[in-house]
Amino acid sequence: MKNPLDSIVGTIVSGFVITLLLYVFARNFLGITG
Amino acid sequence: MDLIIDRWFHILAGIVWIGLLYYFNFVQAVAMPKAKADNTAGAISKHIAPLALLWFRWAALVTWLTGAYYLERASHLGLANAFLLQGAAAKIGIGAWLGTIMLFNVWVLIWPNQKKVLGIVKADDATKAKAGRIAFLTSRTNTMLSIPMLFFMVAGPHGLPM
Repeated sequence: MKNPLDSIVGTIVSGFVITLLLYVFARNFLGITG
Repeated sequence: MDLIIDRWFHILAGIVWIGLLYYFNFVQAVAMPKAKADNTAGAISKHIAPLALLWFRWAALVTWLTGAYYLERASHLGLANAFLLQGAAAKIGIGAWLGTIMLFNVWVLIWPNQKKVLGIVKADDATKAKAGRIAFLTSRTNTMLSIPMLFFMVAGPHGLPM
């Protein structure tokens, strides 16, 4: 499988995916809502 | 130092750091193979990259130090609370963890390997190639991490629900 970090698009998409994962983590496991 | 001044320097240094990170990733890394193909890469390696890396690595350190100072001095946050993801500091704490990982990457992985690539430290061709790959992937990792880092840095102070 190609490393997504080898392309700029792959890097940016990976950044958005990690943002979404951390957002879900923060809301569900840290109790951050506001 | 007054916190508003500290935060101002934190954001200014952060713009220099992440601005140069985006320059390396979106401009220099894309242009370099083309410059090598027509033998004009020497000027970038000799004059531009070392200066950009100088501002880049020191701006990274100033960003982290002013950010840590802010977290410690801001009575509603706290440095320990941020890194332990506690209470009101939890949101910005995620940003602080990401920024800390990125600072580590700059000083421990990118800069030592770039010194080999640019010839500041002597290395054979195989070592240079390996160092270049490590520096490239670490720089791309930081670009990737800058996206959630910025989200969590600005999530807290502007009063918007997350």
